[in-house]
Amino acid sequence: MDWLYMYMPIAGFDIFWPGLVLIGFSVGVIGGFFGMGGAWMVTPGLNILGFPMAFAIGSDIAHIAGKSMVSTFRHSKFGNVDYKLGVVMVIGTVIGIEVGAQIVMWLEALGKVGPVVRWVYVGVLLLIAFMVFYDYRKAVKARARGDVGERGAEGITWYRTLHKIKIPPMMHFRVAGIYCSAWLPIFVSFLTGVLAGFLGIGGGLLRMPALVYLVGCPTHIAVGTDLFEVMISGLYGTFTYGAKGRIEMWAVFVMLCGAAIGAQFGTVATKYAKGYGIRVAFGLAVLACMISIILKQFKYDMSATVLILGAVGAISLYIIIIMVRGAAQELREKKEAQQLAA
Amino acid sequence: MRTVYLGLCALVAAIVSLFPDPAVAAGGGAEMLVVVADKRMVDSEITKYLLDVYNVNPFLMGVWCTILTAALGVTLGFLTDQIMKRTGIDLTSRKIVEH
Repeated sequence: MDWLYMYMPIAGFDIFWPGLVLIGFSVGVIGGFFGMGGAWMVTPGLNILGFPMAFAIGSDIAHIAGKSMVSTFRHSKFGNVDYKLGVVMVIGTVIGIEVGAQIVMWLEALGKVGPVVRWVYVGVLLLIAFMVFYDYRKAVKARARGDVGERGAEGITWYRTLHKIKIPPMMHFRVAGIYCSAWLPIFVSFLTGVLAGFLGIGGGLLRMPALVYLVGCPTHIAVGTDLFEVMISGLYGTFTYGAKGRIEMWAVFVMLCGAAIGAQFGTVATKYAKGYGIRVAFGLAVLACMISIILKQFKYDMSATVLILGAVGAISLYIIIIMVRGAAQELREKKEAQQLAA
Repeated sequence: MRTVYLGLCALVAAIVSLFPDPAVAAGGGAEMLVVVADKRMVDSEITKYLLDVYNVNPFLMGVWCTILTAALGVTLGFLTDQIMKRTGIDLTSRKIVEH
């Protein structure tokens, strides 16, 4: 069974390469569907395969950069990426991350960085999960009442209030269908950037809901635009970690092969999923992430890993089912239409 | 499609070079890792070259990692795109349905 193991020339050890392909595939599916990098899912998986931690984070980021490129291109063709919004948000993200990193350094100097970061992370994830489910419940009630607006029944509509702030320059984001002050996406991305820099995460987990609830993007556009930002940040991460000798490129190549296929599945699945379906599944993924952090905080590392990998497997399967069912129905309808025409 | 790919690559290159600080995915600063890669275990000349670069020029290694990742992302994106096209699914439009 030697052929199932591949030599990693930088780290100098053999790894079970189908495991890498599987991790890449699963994260590709989930990332393409939710619009995030998914570093929180990859690291425990690499850990299980025996990947040295020194290389895990860097390799993870490089693979996320490549995978996000595939997803962004696919989302772009569906018209799910608002590049103008993405570029405007980069400004806030850059400044925000620097501020977040400075806060971490200040906490480090006080010697309190570990627990503070972890509990803030849990708090933020809890807030996101609460928002997602509260919004869903409100939207279901609104629909039952027949309160259906331009965008269908909506739950949380904070963005409407924020759109009333008319500080120039006003900008029209055509793809997202938003007309608002340019300061709104800059401020929102600054806020998510501060949190991302502070928590040491990619930020997709925070930006996607922020784009939906605060900026007012339709869910699909939020997913695509967020992936565009993940791609930019991931490429920078690849450079900086590569220069620090923390990337095992051969593992990245193998993971990317699985991720490219997974990303296509995840991205195409958004075509067949309703916005609120994506939001609720996203809320469940956020909950899994939050519980795993709590478990880690109390040193239940193995339980945390099992929970993350279980959630990744279940969510990937759910997304693949959506994609396969939707595609099968579309092809069936197409065939029937052709038969009728003939 | 080629124009979109090229345009995206150019945009990414411009943003990355203009804003070198957004360590978004980097998750904070990483310390330099001193691991010497052993060339004796590999046969391929390309691998040997990359291991040399890894051992002696970290900056160039960072550049290679970025270029290779981007190139592989674009190539695999293009290939999987071609495969998806053959499935007969309409990959150019979708309805945005929130509920």
